[in-house]
Amino acid sequence: MMALVDMVVAALLVVSGFFGLVGSIGLVKLPDTMTRLHAPTKATTLGVGGVLLASMLAYGFRGQPWGHELLISVFLLITAPVSALFIAKSVIHRSLSPRDLPPTGRPAGWATFERDAESGAAQPTGALQQRE
Amino acid sequence: MTTQLLVNIALGFAAVCYAIALLLNAWRILRPRDVPDRVLALDTLTVNAIALIVLAGIWTGRLVVFEVAILFAMTGFIGTVAYSRFLLRGDIIE
Repeated sequence: MMALVDMVVAALLVVSGFFGLVGSIGLVKLPDTMTRLHAPTKATTLGVGGVLLASMLAYGFRGQPWGHELLISVFLLITAPVSALFIAKSVIHRSLSPRDLPPTGRPAGWATFERDAESGAAQPTGALQQRE
Repeated sequence: MTTQLLVNIALGFAAVCYAIALLLNAWRILRPRDVPDRVLALDTLTVNAIALIVLAGIWTGRLVVFEVAILFAMTGFIGTVAYSRFLLRGDIIE
């Protein structure tokens, strides 16, 4: 039984190391920032998930605590799309214009350019900003 | 005990892969095309560092190492969001 678990753990480690390397090679080799977003957010997340799953299997079947790895993998799976969205928004804000983007299909435009359309800096709101 | 040796060889292979990946990320941080590119490379470097820390945790079997990995995940995410927020709005907490 332990031999089978160890074989699965070794296979997971090899596959996840391969995926982590592929993600970083994609970060270096792909031509554009928007295309470069694909490699780290998908391949590298899969690689880290594989390492964490291998650790969970290796220690869970030996009766040792495995909650930390579950916490890390859930946190990474939640936060990876959010950080990718933020980086994509900053790329749109810095180096693209509304003419470069496809139409949204709704009356509202792209939210990243909303402040430019209103022609001015964002107005401070809220009670705490009234105090001089 | 041969399967234990197999796991050790796989650990070494994965560690070498993630070490090369960290070097590639560091190269992308040093020579980015744009500022968001550098933020993306930093985020990837954090994730790869978490993988390497977890590999060290499997190798040594100490539970403290995984708490280090949790801290890395949290500070890496907050750092990425703060950098992107600063690029978007010129401010982090408005």
